[in-house]
Amino acid sequence: MPSSLLIQTGLWALTLLVLVSAGFVVALRNLFRAALSLGLVLVGVAGLFVLLEAEFLAFVQILIYVGAILTLVVFAIMLTARVSNPRLPPRPPSGSGRQRMAAALVSAALFILLASVTRALAAAGLQPGQAVSLSQVGQELITTLVLPFELISLVFVSAMVGAIAVAASRSPR
Amino acid sequence: MIPVTHLSLLSSALFCLGVYGILTRRNAIAILLSIELILNAAALNFVAFGRAFGHAQAQAFALFIIALAACEAAVGLAIVIGLYRTARTVWADQVNLLKG
Repeated sequence: MPSSLLIQTGLWALTLLVLVSAGFVVALRNLFRAALSLGLVLVGVAGLFVLLEAEFLAFVQILIYVGAILTLVVFAIMLTARVSNPRLPPRPPSGSGRQRMAAALVSAALFILLASVTRALAAAGLQPGQAVSLSQVGQELITTLVLPFELISLVFVSAMVGAIAVAASRSPR
Repeated sequence: MIPVTHLSLLSSALFCLGVYGILTRRNAIAILLSIELILNAAALNFVAFGRAFGHAQAQAFALFIIALAACEAAVGLAIVIGLYRTARTVWADQVNLLKG
């Protein structure tokens, strides 16, 4: 079936994109390039959302993550890294190679653990024609999940106020 | 048909890459980037399993994750900028302002 082939190709391409750019995010020394790789990861995950028939979530992902959060991160990098680079020691040398190895071991062990634990549950597979419609999600949001929804608004407001209070420059005295 | 095992493995890999980034990175902003990876892995897992079992709440929780990620990014970057203003550093292991 051609459409199934298309979906499979897209799935593998997006998987490759997400994994490679996530590797760049954690490995690249240049922080600005790491942030741009994070943008690629986010776009790839949005593509996976489209493949999973969650188009609204894909739009939200691109709007909020790529549009807002990534812009914020890039601004923060430009505000700190570039100015600080000439003055700071380039990298605090404290057993970097060994730490890297240990971190890789821990992550690999965690991956094997997660993969083996979720294997049985994930084997259930997808049923065709069971896509969740957006109106269903909206109804869940205002009926069953209305308390978390309101709570998240509260968290959002307090986080924004807190962020402004922390980052606001002190008035010159 | 998209096999959910594939997406489950992918999100596990994304999560573990984020953990690796948190463990190895020194720059506070880079640690925040790794946290974004972990949050994305969680959202991807929610959507994949919600699609597999036909649950509408999974997408709602993915929305919550995105909203919380926005809060986390705003507060985290505000802290980083405030830290840079106070201590003139963004390296996480050079920060000892609370040390008595």
